[in-house]
Amino acid sequence: MSDPILTLKGVHTDIGRYHILQGVELEVPRGGVTMLLGRNGVGKTTTLRTVMGLWRARAGQITFDGRDVTALPTAAIARAGIGFVPEDMGIFTDLTVEENLILAAASGPLSSDRLDRIFAAFPPLKTFWKSAAGNLSGGQKQMLSIARAMAEERRLYLIDEPTKGLAPAIVATMAAALRDLKAEGAAILLVEQNFAVARLLGDSCAVMDDGRVIWSGPMAELAADTALQERLMGLSLEAP
Amino acid sequence: MSAAPDHRPTFARAGLSDRLAPWLPLLLVPLLMVFGWLAIPSTSSWLTLTVSGLAMGMMIFLMASGLTLVFGLMDVINFGHGAFISLGAFVGVSVLLALASWTAAASLPLNLAALGLALVAAVLVTGTMGWLFERVIVRPVYGAHLKQILVTMGGLIVAEQLILVIWGPAQIFITRPEMLKGAVTFAGAALEKYRLVAVALGLIVFLAMRLVLRHSRIGLIVRAGVQNGEMVQALGYRLRLVFIGTFVAGSALAGLGGVMWGLYDEVITADMGASLMVLVFIVVIIGGLGSVEGCFLGALLVGLVQNYAAFLEPKLAMVSNIALLVAVLMWRPEGMMAVVKSK
Ligand SMILES: Nc1ncnc2c1ncn2[C@@H]1O[C@H](COP(=O)(O)OP(=O)(O)OP(=O)(O)O)[C@@H](O)[C@H]1O
Ligand SMILES: [Mg+2]
Repeated sequence: MSDPILTLKGVHTDIGRYHILQGVELEVPRGGVTMLLGRNGVGKTTTLRTVMGLWRARAGQITFDGRDVTALPTAAIARAGIGFVPEDMGIFTDLTVEENLILAAASGPLSSDRLDRIFAAFPPLKTFWKSAAGNLSGGQKQMLSIARAMAEERRLYLIDEPTKGLAPAIVATMAAALRDLKAEGAAILLVEQNFAVARLLGDSCAVMDDGRVIWSGPMAELAADTALQERLMGLSLEAP
Repeated sequence: MSAAPDHRPTFARAGLSDRLAPWLPLLLVPLLMVFGWLAIPSTSSWLTLTVSGLAMGMMIFLMASGLTLVFGLMDVINFGHGAFISLGAFVGVSVLLALASWTAAASLPLNLAALGLALVAAVLVTGTMGWLFERVIVRPVYGAHLKQILVTMGGLIVAEQLILVIWGPAQIFITRPEMLKGAVTFAGAALEKYRLVAVALGLIVFLAMRLVLRHSRIGLIVRAGVQNGEMVQALGYRLRLVFIGTFVAGSALAGLGGVMWGLYDEVITADMGASLMVLVFIVVIIGGLGSVEGCFLGALLVGLVQNYAAFLEPKLAMVSNIALLVAVLMWRPEGMMAVVKSK
Protein backbone atom coordinates (compact mmCIF):
# COMPACT_ATOMS: atom_id res chain seq x y z
CA MET A 1 0.00 0.00 0.00
CA SER A 2 2.53 2.53 -1.11
CA ASP A 3 -0.03 5.02 -2.41
CA PRO A 4 -2.87 5.47 0.04
CA ILE A 5 -5.96 7.44 -1.01
CA LEU A 6 -6.13 9.28 2.31
CA THR A 7 -3.24 10.16 4.60
CA LEU A 8 -3.29 12.00 7.91
CA LYS A 9 0.08 13.15 9.19
CA GLY A 10 0.44 14.52 12.71
CA VAL A 11 -3.10 15.94 12.75
CA HIS A 12 -4.05 18.00 15.79
CA THR A 13 -7.61 19.26 16.26
CA ASP A 14 -8.96 21.48 19.01
CA ILE A 15 -12.63 21.73 19.88
CA GLY A 16 -13.10 24.91 21.85
CA ARG A 17 -10.40 24.84 24.52
CA TYR A 18 -9.95 21.09 24.33
CA HIS A 19 -7.09 19.45 22.52
CA ILE A 20 -8.93 16.44 21.05
CA LEU A 21 -6.79 14.99 18.26
CA GLN A 22 -3.19 14.84 19.39
CA GLY A 23 -1.18 13.91 16.33
CA VAL A 24 -3.25 11.40 14.38
CA GLU A 25 -1.28 9.28 11.87
CA LEU A 26 -3.52 7.34 9.52
CA GLU A 27 -3.36 5.82 6.07
CA VAL A 28 -6.36 4.55 4.14
CA PRO A 29 -5.40 2.31 1.20
CA ARG A 30 -7.14 2.54 -2.17
CA GLY A 31 -9.91 -0.02 -2.26
CA GLY A 32 -10.93 -2.07 0.72
CA VAL A 33 -12.35 -1.21 4.09
CA THR A 34 -10.26 0.39 6.80
CA MET A 35 -11.80 0.09 10.24
CA LEU A 36 -11.32 2.91 12.72
CA LEU A 37 -11.83 1.43 16.17
CA GLY A 38 -11.44 2.55 19.75
CA ARG A 39 -13.33 3.11 22.98
CA ASN A 40 -15.98 5.82 23.31
CA GLY A 41 -14.71 9.37 23.19
CA VAL A 42 -11.24 8.65 21.83
CA GLY A 43 -11.68 10.86 18.77
CA LYS A 44 -12.99 8.67 15.93
CA THR A 45 -15.81 11.02 14.99
CA THR A 46 -13.52 13.99 15.39
CA THR A 47 -11.07 12.38 12.98
CA LEU A 48 -13.74 11.96 10.28
CA ARG A 49 -15.06 15.48 10.82
CA THR A 50 -11.54 16.87 10.58
CA VAL A 51 -11.02 15.12 7.24
CA MET A 52 -14.26 16.74 6.00
CA GLY A 53 -13.08 20.14 7.21
CA LEU A 54 -16.00 20.40 9.66
CA TRP A 55 -13.42 20.81 12.38
CA ARG A 56 -10.18 22.47 11.32
CA ALA A 57 -6.84 20.77 11.91
CA ARG A 58 -4.63 23.13 13.90
CA ALA A 59 -1.49 21.31 12.82
CA GLY A 60 -0.59 18.44 10.52
CA GLN A 61 -1.52 17.55 6.99
CA ILE A 62 -4.39 15.71 5.33
CA THR A 63 -3.78 14.40 1.83
CA PHE A 64 -6.57 13.00 -0.35
CA ASP A 65 -5.56 11.33 -3.57
CA GLY A 66 -2.21 13.08 -3.62
CA ARG A 67 -3.72 16.51 -2.97
CA ASP A 68 -3.35 18.54 0.23
CA VAL A 69 -6.92 19.15 1.42
CA THR A 70 -6.11 20.32 4.95
CA ALA A 71 -7.27 23.89 4.39
CA LEU A 72 -9.92 23.36 1.72
CA PRO A 73 -13.52 24.36 2.44
CA THR A 74 -15.81 21.43 3.29
CA ALA A 75 -17.69 21.70 0.01
CA ALA A 76 -14.47 21.41 -2.01
CA ILE A 77 -13.36 18.38 0.02
CA ALA A 78 -16.69 16.70 -0.67
CA ARG A 79 -16.48 17.48 -4.37
CA ALA A 80 -13.00 16.00 -4.54
CA GLY A 81 -14.81 12.67 -4.17
CA ILE A 82 -15.55 11.93 -0.54
CA GLY A 83 -18.95 10.67 0.60
CA PHE A 84 -19.65 11.36 4.28
CA VAL A 85 -22.12 9.53 6.52
CA PRO A 86 -22.02 11.35 9.87
CA GLU A 87 -22.66 9.74 13.23
CA ASP A 88 -25.99 11.57 13.59
CA MET A 89 -26.86 10.69 9.97
CA GLY A 90 -27.48 14.34 9.06
CA ILE A 91 -30.84 13.60 7.43
CA PHE A 92 -32.85 16.60 6.19
CA THR A 93 -36.03 15.59 7.96
CA ASP A 94 -38.28 18.23 6.35
CA LEU A 95 -37.29 17.05 2.88
CA THR A 96 -38.61 13.90 1.26
CA VAL A 97 -36.45 10.84 0.69
CA GLU A 98 -36.35 11.81 -2.97
CA GLU A 99 -35.25 15.37 -2.21
CA ASN A 100 -32.53 14.13 0.13
CA LEU A 101 -31.12 12.02 -2.68
CA ILE A 102 -31.49 14.70 -5.35
CA LEU A 103 -29.43 17.01 -3.18
CA ALA A 104 -26.85 14.32 -2.58
CA ALA A 105 -26.07 14.15 -6.28
CA ALA A 106 -24.38 17.52 -6.21
CA SER A 107 -22.80 17.49 -9.63
CA GLY A 108 -25.80 16.57 -11.70
CA PRO A 109 -29.04 14.64 -11.88
CA LEU A 110 -29.21 11.33 -10.06
CA SER A 111 -28.46 8.59 -12.61
CA SER A 112 -31.06 5.85 -12.89
CA ASP A 113 -28.28 3.31 -12.69
CA ARG A 114 -27.24 4.53 -9.25
CA LEU A 115 -30.82 4.79 -8.17
CA ASP A 116 -31.38 1.15 -9.06
CA ARG A 117 -28.39 0.19 -6.99
CA ILE A 118 -29.65 2.23 -4.05
CA PHE A 119 -33.11 0.66 -4.26
CA ALA A 120 -31.60 -2.79 -4.53
CA ALA A 121 -29.55 -2.24 -1.38
CA PHE A 122 -32.27 -0.42 0.57
CA PRO A 123 -35.79 -1.35 -0.65
CA PRO A 124 -37.55 0.77 2.02
CA LEU A 125 -36.23 3.92 0.37
CA LYS A 126 -38.27 3.06 -2.71
CA THR A 127 -41.37 2.46 -0.60
CA PHE A 128 -41.06 5.82 1.12
CA TRP A 129 -39.66 7.74 -1.86
CA LYS A 130 -42.14 10.62 -1.58
CA SER A 131 -42.44 10.74 2.23
CA ALA A 132 -40.76 13.20 4.54
CA ALA A 133 -37.46 11.71 5.67
CA GLY A 134 -38.33 12.71 9.22
CA ASN A 135 -41.00 9.99 9.29
CA LEU A 136 -38.51 7.20 8.57
CA SER A 137 -37.48 4.82 11.34
CA GLY A 138 -33.95 5.04 12.71
CA GLY A 139 -32.75 2.19 10.52
CA GLN A 140 -34.35 3.64 7.43
CA LYS A 141 -32.73 7.00 8.16
CA GLN A 142 -29.39 5.25 8.37
CA MET A 143 -30.10 3.62 5.00
CA LEU A 144 -30.92 7.02 3.54
CA SER A 145 -27.74 8.49 4.95
CA ILE A 146 -25.62 5.80 3.28
CA ALA A 147 -27.68 6.02 0.10
CA ARG A 148 -26.92 9.73 -0.04
CA ALA A 149 -23.22 8.97 0.05
CA MET A 150 -23.79 6.49 -2.80
CA ALA A 151 -25.69 8.99 -4.95
CA GLU A 152 -22.57 9.95 -6.82
CA GLU A 153 -19.29 8.43 -7.81
CA ARG A 154 -16.96 8.72 -4.80
CA ARG A 155 -13.48 7.48 -4.29
CA LEU A 156 -13.68 7.37 -0.53
CA TYR A 157 -16.51 6.91 1.93
CA LEU A 158 -16.26 8.08 5.53
CA ILE A 159 -18.93 6.21 7.47
CA ASP A 160 -19.48 6.78 11.18
CA GLU A 161 -21.19 3.99 13.12
CA PRO A 162 -23.77 2.86 10.56
CA THR A 163 -25.17 0.15 12.81
CA LYS A 164 -25.54 2.25 15.94
CA GLY A 165 -28.79 1.43 17.70
CA LEU A 166 -30.11 -0.86 14.97
CA ALA A 167 -31.94 -4.15 15.40
CA PRO A 168 -29.88 -7.21 14.35
CA ALA A 169 -31.91 -7.81 11.18
CA ILE A 170 -31.19 -4.31 9.94
CA VAL A 171 -27.54 -4.57 10.96
CA ALA A 172 -27.31 -7.45 8.50
CA THR A 173 -28.93 -5.41 5.72
CA MET A 174 -26.49 -2.62 6.43
CA ALA A 175 -23.50 -4.94 6.44
CA ALA A 176 -24.58 -6.43 3.12
CA ALA A 177 -24.91 -2.97 1.61
CA LEU A 178 -21.46 -1.98 2.82
CA ARG A 179 -20.04 -5.18 1.37
CA ASP A 180 -21.54 -4.30 -2.02
CA LEU A 181 -20.08 -0.84 -1.76
CA LYS A 182 -16.70 -2.36 -1.04
CA ALA A 183 -17.06 -4.70 -4.01
CA GLU A 184 -17.43 -1.68 -6.28
CA GLY A 185 -13.85 -0.81 -5.46
CA ALA A 186 -14.21 2.43 -3.52
CA ALA A 187 -12.17 2.88 -0.36
CA ILE A 188 -14.12 2.99 2.90
CA LEU A 189 -13.04 4.34 6.26
CA LEU A 190 -15.53 2.85 8.67
CA VAL A 191 -16.10 3.55 12.35
CA GLU A 192 -17.91 0.59 13.84
CA GLN A 193 -18.50 -0.63 17.38
CA ASN A 194 -20.03 -3.93 16.35
CA PHE A 195 -17.02 -6.20 16.20
CA ALA A 196 -18.77 -8.91 14.22
CA VAL A 197 -19.46 -6.38 11.48
CA ALA A 198 -15.95 -4.97 11.77
CA ARG A 199 -14.41 -8.39 11.34
CA LEU A 200 -16.68 -9.24 8.44
CA LEU A 201 -15.95 -6.08 6.46
CA GLY A 202 -12.56 -4.84 7.59
CA ASP A 203 -9.42 -5.38 5.57
CA SER A 204 -7.15 -3.19 7.59
CA CYS A 205 -7.69 -1.50 10.89
CA ALA A 206 -6.54 1.44 12.98
CA VAL A 207 -7.20 1.66 16.71
CA MET A 208 -7.38 5.02 18.45
CA ASP A 209 -6.91 5.98 22.04
CA ASP A 210 -6.83 9.44 23.56
CA GLY A 211 -6.69 11.34 20.28
CA ARG A 212 -4.00 9.19 18.64
CA VAL A 213 -3.83 6.09 16.49
CA ILE A 214 -2.10 3.58 18.75
CA TRP A 215 -2.13 0.52 16.52
CA SER A 216 -2.68 -0.20 12.87
CA GLY A 217 -2.43 -3.38 10.88
CA PRO A 218 -4.48 -6.02 9.14
CA MET A 219 -7.99 -6.58 10.53
CA ALA A 220 -7.39 -10.32 10.64
CA GLU A 221 -4.46 -9.86 12.97
CA LEU A 222 -6.50 -7.90 15.49
CA ALA A 223 -9.47 -10.22 15.15
CA ALA A 224 -7.33 -13.23 15.91
CA ASP A 225 -5.66 -11.78 18.98
CA THR A 226 -7.94 -11.32 21.99
CA ALA A 227 -5.10 -10.19 24.18
CA LEU A 228 -4.27 -7.43 21.71
CA GLN A 229 -7.91 -6.34 21.64
CA GLU A 230 -7.90 -6.28 25.41
CA ARG A 231 -4.80 -4.15 25.48
CA LEU A 232 -5.92 -1.70 22.77
CA MET A 233 -9.55 -1.26 23.63
CA GLY A 234 -9.72 -2.29 27.24
CA LEU A 235 -12.10 -5.16 26.64
CA SER A 236 -12.37 -8.22 24.54
CA LEU A 237 -14.47 -7.52 21.49
CA GLU A 238 -14.80 -11.18 20.60
CA ALA A 239 -18.34 -11.69 19.38
CA PRO A 240 -20.41 -13.61 21.92
CA MET B 1 -23.80 -13.36 10.22
CA SER B 2 -27.04 -14.59 8.64
CA ALA B 3 -28.68 -13.21 5.53
CA ALA B 4 -31.01 -10.29 6.06
CA PRO B 5 -34.54 -11.52 6.61
CA ASP B 6 -37.24 -9.82 4.61
CA HIS B 7 -38.40 -6.93 6.62
CA ARG B 8 -41.41 -4.97 5.70
CA PRO B 9 -40.92 -1.35 6.62
CA THR B 10 -43.90 0.47 8.02
CA PHE B 11 -44.45 3.86 9.51
CA ALA B 12 -45.29 4.00 13.12
CA ARG B 13 -48.84 5.28 12.74
CA ALA B 14 -49.13 8.59 14.47
CA GLY B 15 -52.37 9.41 16.21
CA LEU B 16 -54.84 11.64 14.41
CA SER B 17 -54.00 14.69 16.48
CA ASP B 18 -50.28 14.19 15.83
CA ARG B 19 -50.84 14.00 12.13
CA LEU B 20 -53.08 17.08 12.09
CA ALA B 21 -50.79 19.16 14.28
CA PRO B 22 -48.58 20.53 11.50
CA TRP B 23 -51.65 21.79 9.64
CA LEU B 24 -53.35 23.51 12.56
CA PRO B 25 -51.71 26.89 11.93
CA LEU B 26 -53.27 26.90 8.46
CA LEU B 27 -56.68 26.92 10.10
CA LEU B 28 -55.88 29.93 12.24
CA VAL B 29 -56.32 32.51 9.49
CA PRO B 30 -59.83 31.37 8.46
CA LEU B 31 -60.72 30.88 12.13
CA LEU B 32 -59.67 34.41 12.91
CA MET B 33 -61.74 35.68 9.97
CA VAL B 34 -64.81 33.81 11.22
CA PHE B 35 -64.24 35.22 14.67
CA GLY B 36 -63.99 38.70 13.17
CA TRP B 37 -67.18 38.15 11.23
CA LEU B 38 -69.01 37.11 14.39
CA ALA B 39 -67.62 40.00 16.43
CA ILE B 40 -68.05 42.77 13.87
CA PRO B 41 -71.70 43.75 13.53
CA SER B 42 -71.76 44.72 9.85
CA THR B 43 -70.58 42.33 7.15
CA SER B 44 -69.45 45.16 4.89
CA SER B 45 -67.17 46.67 7.54
CA TRP B 46 -65.91 43.16 8.25
CA LEU B 47 -65.03 42.72 4.57
CA THR B 48 -63.28 46.09 4.43
CA LEU B 49 -61.29 45.31 7.57
CA THR B 50 -60.40 41.84 6.34
CA VAL B 51 -59.02 43.08 3.04
CA SER B 52 -57.14 45.80 4.82
CA GLY B 53 -55.72 43.27 7.30
CA LEU B 54 -54.68 40.93 4.53
CA ALA B 55 -53.02 43.78 2.63
CA MET B 56 -51.10 44.83 5.70
CA GLY B 57 -50.14 41.22 6.35
CA MET B 58 -48.87 40.72 2.81
CA MET B 59 -46.66 43.79 3.04
CA ILE B 60 -45.24 42.67 6.38
CA PHE B 61 -44.65 39.26 4.83
CA LEU B 62 -42.58 40.83 2.04
CA MET B 63 -40.42 42.51 4.64
CA ALA B 64 -40.13 39.51 6.95
CA SER B 65 -39.62 36.58 4.58
CA GLY B 66 -35.96 37.28 3.91
CA LEU B 67 -35.20 37.81 7.57
CA THR B 68 -36.56 34.45 8.63
CA LEU B 69 -34.44 32.60 6.03
CA VAL B 70 -31.33 34.57 6.92
CA PHE B 71 -31.80 33.60 10.54
CA GLY B 72 -32.58 30.00 9.72
CA LEU B 73 -29.63 29.52 7.39
CA MET B 74 -26.80 31.13 9.28
CA ASP B 75 -28.21 31.91 12.70
CA VAL B 76 -27.68 35.59 11.97
CA ILE B 77 -29.81 38.13 13.82
CA ASN B 78 -30.03 41.18 11.60
CA PHE B 79 -31.42 44.26 13.33
CA GLY B 80 -30.34 46.28 10.32
CA HIS B 81 -33.03 44.71 8.14
CA GLY B 82 -35.25 47.76 8.67
CA ALA B 83 -32.71 49.89 6.79
CA PHE B 84 -33.65 48.10 3.57
CA ILE B 85 -37.34 48.85 4.17
CA SER B 86 -36.66 52.57 4.50
CA LEU B 87 -34.14 52.66 1.68
CA GLY B 88 -36.50 50.79 -0.65
CA ALA B 89 -39.27 53.24 0.16
CA PHE B 90 -37.09 56.30 -0.56
CA VAL B 91 -35.75 54.91 -3.81
CA GLY B 92 -39.17 53.78 -5.00
CA VAL B 93 -40.88 57.02 -4.02
CA SER B 94 -38.16 59.05 -5.75
CA VAL B 95 -38.82 57.11 -8.94
CA LEU B 96 -42.56 57.70 -8.59
CA LEU B 97 -42.03 61.43 -8.02
CA ALA B 98 -39.77 61.58 -11.07
CA LEU B 99 -42.46 59.85 -13.12
CA ALA B 100 -45.17 62.21 -11.84
CA SER B 101 -46.70 62.56 -15.31
CA TRP B 102 -47.16 58.79 -15.51
CA THR B 103 -48.64 58.45 -12.04
CA ALA B 104 -50.97 61.39 -12.52
CA ALA B 105 -52.28 60.11 -15.85
CA ALA B 106 -55.65 58.41 -15.76
CA SER B 107 -54.21 55.35 -17.46
CA LEU B 108 -53.86 52.07 -15.64
CA PRO B 109 -50.98 50.78 -17.81
CA LEU B 110 -48.96 53.98 -17.27
CA ASN B 111 -49.68 53.89 -13.53
CA LEU B 112 -48.67 50.26 -13.23
CA ALA B 113 -45.56 50.88 -15.34
CA ALA B 114 -44.51 53.66 -12.98
CA LEU B 115 -45.19 51.46 -9.94
CA GLY B 116 -43.33 48.59 -11.59
CA LEU B 117 -40.29 50.75 -12.33
CA ALA B 118 -40.32 52.06 -8.75
CA LEU B 119 -40.38 48.50 -7.41
CA VAL B 120 -37.59 47.37 -9.74
CA ALA B 121 -35.40 50.33 -8.79
CA ALA B 122 -35.99 49.69 -5.08
CA VAL B 123 -35.20 46.00 -5.48
CA LEU B 124 -31.97 46.69 -7.38
CA VAL B 125 -30.73 49.28 -4.91
CA THR B 126 -31.66 47.38 -1.74
CA GLY B 127 -30.34 44.11 -3.20
CA THR B 128 -26.98 45.75 -3.87
CA MET B 129 -26.98 47.35 -0.43
CA GLY B 130 -27.79 43.96 1.06
CA TRP B 131 -24.76 42.47 -0.63
CA LEU B 132 -22.55 45.26 0.75
CA PHE B 133 -24.14 44.99 4.21
CA GLU B 134 -23.45 41.26 4.34
CA ARG B 135 -19.85 41.73 3.30
CA VAL B 136 -18.94 44.66 5.48
CA ILE B 137 -21.15 44.33 8.55
CA VAL B 138 -22.46 40.80 8.95
CA ARG B 139 -19.56 38.64 7.77
CA PRO B 140 -17.12 39.62 10.53
CA VAL B 141 -19.59 38.67 13.28
CA TYR B 142 -20.73 35.17 12.32
CA GLY B 143 -21.48 33.00 15.30
CA ALA B 144 -21.54 35.87 17.82
CA HIS B 145 -25.12 36.94 18.56
CA LEU B 146 -24.34 39.84 20.86
CA LYS B 147 -21.91 41.34 18.36
CA GLN B 148 -24.47 40.80 15.59
CA ILE B 149 -27.09 42.75 17.48
CA LEU B 150 -24.75 45.64 18.22
CA VAL B 151 -23.11 45.79 14.81
CA THR B 152 -26.30 45.45 12.76
CA MET B 153 -27.98 48.11 14.94
CA GLY B 154 -25.00 50.30 14.13
CA GLY B 155 -25.51 49.55 10.45
CA LEU B 156 -29.15 50.57 10.77
CA ILE B 157 -28.23 53.93 12.29
CA VAL B 158 -25.64 54.61 9.61
CA ALA B 159 -28.14 53.73 6.88
CA GLU B 160 -30.80 56.03 8.38
CA GLN B 161 -28.31 58.89 8.56
CA LEU B 162 -27.33 58.29 4.94
CA ILE B 163 -30.98 58.56 3.94
CA LEU B 164 -31.23 61.86 5.83
CA VAL B 165 -28.11 63.13 4.05
CA ILE B 166 -29.35 62.14 0.60
CA TRP B 167 -33.06 62.95 0.86
CA GLY B 168 -33.03 65.58 3.61
CA PRO B 169 -34.65 65.49 7.04
CA ALA B 170 -38.26 66.19 6.03
CA GLN B 171 -40.76 63.41 5.60
CA ILE B 172 -41.85 62.94 2.01
CA PHE B 173 -45.50 62.77 1.04
CA ILE B 174 -46.55 60.68 -1.89
CA THR B 175 -49.93 60.08 -3.46
CA ARG B 176 -50.87 56.80 -5.05
CA PRO B 177 -50.99 56.50 -8.84
CA GLU B 178 -54.24 57.90 -10.20
CA MET B 179 -56.02 54.65 -11.05
CA LEU B 180 -55.04 53.05 -7.73
CA LYS B 181 -56.74 55.76 -5.71
CA GLY B 182 -60.14 55.21 -4.21
CA ALA B 183 -62.08 52.04 -3.71
CA VAL B 184 -64.19 49.53 -5.50
CA THR B 185 -67.47 48.47 -3.98
CA PHE B 186 -68.06 44.80 -3.48
CA ALA B 187 -71.03 43.37 -1.62
CA GLY B 188 -71.64 46.79 -0.13
CA ALA B 189 -68.11 47.05 1.22
CA ALA B 190 -65.58 49.63 0.10
CA LEU B 191 -62.35 47.88 -0.81
CA GLU B 192 -59.41 50.17 -1.48
CA LYS B 193 -57.91 49.37 -4.88
CA TYR B 194 -54.38 49.80 -3.63
CA ARG B 195 -54.92 47.21 -0.91
CA LEU B 196 -56.13 44.73 -3.47
CA VAL B 197 -52.93 45.35 -5.45
CA ALA B 198 -50.88 44.78 -2.28
CA VAL B 199 -52.71 41.50 -1.59
CA ALA B 200 -52.11 40.34 -5.16
CA LEU B 201 -48.43 41.25 -5.10
CA GLY B 202 -47.86 39.57 -1.73
CA LEU B 203 -49.62 36.44 -2.90
CA ILE B 204 -47.55 36.33 -6.11
CA VAL B 205 -44.29 36.72 -4.20
CA PHE B 206 -45.31 34.06 -1.69
CA LEU B 207 -46.28 31.57 -4.38
CA ALA B 208 -43.09 32.30 -6.33
CA MET B 209 -40.99 31.76 -3.20
CA ARG B 210 -42.77 28.50 -2.49
CA LEU B 211 -42.21 27.36 -6.04
CA VAL B 212 -38.49 28.08 -5.81
CA LEU B 213 -38.13 26.55 -2.34
CA ARG B 214 -40.06 23.39 -3.22
CA HIS B 215 -39.10 22.72 -6.79
CA SER B 216 -35.64 24.00 -7.54
CA ARG B 217 -32.26 22.71 -6.48
CA ILE B 218 -31.33 26.05 -4.96
CA GLY B 219 -34.57 25.94 -2.98
CA LEU B 220 -33.76 22.46 -1.75
CA ILE B 221 -30.34 23.67 -0.66
CA VAL B 222 -31.87 26.56 1.25
CA ARG B 223 -34.43 24.33 3.01
CA ALA B 224 -31.80 21.71 3.80
CA GLY B 225 -29.39 24.40 4.94
CA VAL B 226 -31.89 25.80 7.42
CA GLN B 227 -32.04 22.33 9.00
CA ASN B 228 -28.42 21.24 8.83
CA GLY B 229 -25.93 23.56 7.19
CA GLU B 230 -22.96 21.32 7.89
CA MET B 231 -24.43 18.42 6.00
CA VAL B 232 -25.25 20.65 3.03
CA GLN B 233 -21.57 21.55 2.85
CA ALA B 234 -20.51 17.94 3.32
CA LEU B 235 -22.56 17.11 0.21
CA GLY B 236 -20.46 19.58 -1.75
CA TYR B 237 -22.45 22.83 -1.70
CA ARG B 238 -20.97 26.17 -0.79
CA LEU B 239 -23.41 27.29 1.85
CA ARG B 240 -21.81 30.73 2.06
CA LEU B 241 -22.80 31.56 -1.51
CA VAL B 242 -26.33 30.34 -0.86
CA PHE B 243 -26.47 32.48 2.24
CA ILE B 244 -25.25 35.60 0.42
CA GLY B 245 -27.86 35.00 -2.26
CA THR B 246 -30.56 34.64 0.38
CA PHE B 247 -29.39 37.77 2.17
CA VAL B 248 -29.49 39.77 -1.05
CA ALA B 249 -32.92 38.43 -1.99
CA GLY B 250 -34.23 39.11 1.53
CA SER B 251 -32.93 42.68 1.43
CA ALA B 252 -34.49 43.22 -1.98
CA LEU B 253 -37.85 41.92 -0.75
CA ALA B 254 -37.63 44.25 2.24
CA GLY B 255 -37.10 47.09 -0.22
CA LEU B 256 -40.14 45.95 -2.19
CA GLY B 257 -42.18 45.89 1.00
CA GLY B 258 -40.87 49.37 1.84
CA VAL B 259 -42.17 50.89 -1.41
CA MET B 260 -45.55 49.20 -0.97
CA TRP B 261 -45.80 50.40 2.62
CA GLY B 262 -44.77 53.93 1.69
CA LEU B 263 -47.60 54.14 -0.82
CA TYR B 264 -49.98 52.60 1.71
CA ASP B 265 -49.16 55.24 4.34
CA GLU B 266 -48.64 57.93 1.68
CA VAL B 267 -45.73 59.29 3.67
CA ILE B 268 -42.20 58.04 4.22
CA THR B 269 -39.56 58.77 6.85
CA ALA B 270 -36.04 57.50 7.39
CA ASP B 271 -37.04 55.63 10.53
CA MET B 272 -40.13 53.92 9.10
CA GLY B 273 -38.14 50.71 8.65
CA ALA B 274 -36.99 50.65 12.23
CA SER B 275 -40.54 51.08 13.54
CA LEU B 276 -41.92 48.41 11.19
CA MET B 277 -39.30 46.00 12.49
CA VAL B 278 -41.36 45.48 15.64
CA LEU B 279 -44.10 43.88 13.56
CA VAL B 280 -41.56 42.08 11.40
CA PHE B 281 -39.91 40.46 14.40
CA ILE B 282 -43.26 39.44 15.85
CA VAL B 283 -44.13 37.78 12.54
CA VAL B 284 -40.79 35.98 12.27
CA ILE B 285 -41.05 34.69 15.82
CA ILE B 286 -44.65 33.49 15.75
CA GLY B 287 -44.11 31.95 12.30
CA GLY B 288 -41.16 29.90 13.51
CA LEU B 289 -37.61 30.93 12.69
CA GLY B 290 -36.58 29.76 9.24
CA SER B 291 -40.07 28.94 7.95
CA VAL B 292 -41.40 30.94 4.99
CA GLU B 293 -44.87 29.37 5.28
CA GLY B 294 -44.98 30.18 9.00
CA CYS B 295 -43.87 33.70 8.24
CA PHE B 296 -46.68 34.09 5.70
CA LEU B 297 -49.36 32.85 8.10
CA GLY B 298 -47.91 34.91 10.93
CA ALA B 299 -48.00 38.04 8.81
CA LEU B 300 -51.64 37.51 7.86
CA LEU B 301 -52.58 36.92 11.51
CA VAL B 302 -50.78 40.09 12.58
CA GLY B 303 -52.48 42.14 9.86
CA LEU B 304 -55.95 40.81 10.63
CA VAL B 305 -55.64 41.05 14.42
CA GLN B 306 -54.41 44.63 14.19
CA ASN B 307 -57.28 45.69 11.90
CA TYR B 308 -60.05 43.89 13.79
CA ALA B 309 -58.76 45.20 17.11
CA ALA B 310 -58.52 48.76 15.82
CA PHE B 311 -62.20 48.59 14.91
CA LEU B 312 -63.52 46.69 17.91
CA GLU B 313 -61.47 48.26 20.66
CA PRO B 314 -59.11 50.99 19.36
CA LYS B 315 -57.34 51.26 22.70
CA LEU B 316 -56.26 47.63 22.36
CA ALA B 317 -54.91 47.93 18.84
CA MET B 318 -51.47 48.83 20.06
CA VAL B 319 -51.13 45.78 22.28
CA SER B 320 -53.10 43.34 20.15
CA ASN B 321 -50.03 42.06 18.33
CA ILE B 322 -48.09 41.57 21.53
CA ALA B 323 -51.08 39.61 22.84
CA LEU B 324 -50.99 37.52 19.66
CA LEU B 325 -47.27 36.92 20.14
CA VAL B 326 -47.77 35.78 23.72
CA ALA B 327 -50.71 33.55 22.82
CA VAL B 328 -48.87 31.82 19.98
CA LEU B 329 -45.74 31.29 22.02
CA MET B 330 -47.73 29.81 24.90
CA TRP B 331 -49.24 27.39 22.39
CA ARG B 332 -46.03 26.69 20.45
CA PRO B 333 -42.91 28.10 22.08
CA GLU B 334 -40.88 27.59 18.89
CA GLY B 335 -43.40 29.37 16.69
CA MET B 336 -46.18 27.95 14.56
CA MET B 337 -44.10 26.15 11.95
CA ALA B 338 -40.70 25.85 13.55
CA VAL B 339 -38.04 24.16 11.45
CA VAL B 340 -36.52 21.13 13.15
CA LYS B 341 -32.83 21.82 13.45
CA SER B 342 -30.53 18.86 13.37
CA LYS B 343 -27.72 20.76 15.05
N1 LIG C 1 -18.70 19.60 20.05
C1 LIG C 1 -17.86 19.21 21.02
N2 LIG C 1 -17.54 20.03 22.04
C2 LIG C 1 -16.70 19.66 23.01
N3 LIG C 1 -16.11 18.46 23.07
C3 LIG C 1 -16.38 17.59 22.10
C4 LIG C 1 -17.27 17.92 21.02
N4 LIG C 1 -17.32 16.86 20.21
C5 LIG C 1 -16.53 15.92 20.74
N5 LIG C 1 -15.95 16.35 21.89
C6 LIG C 1 -15.03 15.60 22.72
O1 LIG C 1 -14.01 15.09 21.91
C7 LIG C 1 -13.64 13.79 22.33
C8 LIG C 1 -13.70 12.86 21.15
O2 LIG C 1 -15.03 12.77 20.69
P1 LIG C 1 -15.44 11.91 19.44
O3 LIG C 1 -16.88 12.19 19.18
O4 LIG C 1 -14.49 12.15 18.34
O5 LIG C 1 -15.26 10.43 20.01
P2 LIG C 1 -15.65 9.06 19.36
O6 LIG C 1 -14.40 8.26 19.33
O7 LIG C 1 -16.34 9.26 18.07
O8 LIG C 1 -16.62 8.47 20.44
P3 LIG C 1 -17.94 7.56 20.27
O9 LIG C 1 -17.47 6.18 20.07
O10 LIG C 1 -18.65 7.72 21.56
O11 LIG C 1 -18.72 8.09 19.11
C9 LIG C 1 -14.62 13.41 23.44
O12 LIG C 1 -13.93 13.54 24.66
C10 LIG C 1 -15.71 14.40 23.34
O13 LIG C 1 -16.21 14.70 24.61
MG1 LIG D 1 -18.22 8.92 17.42
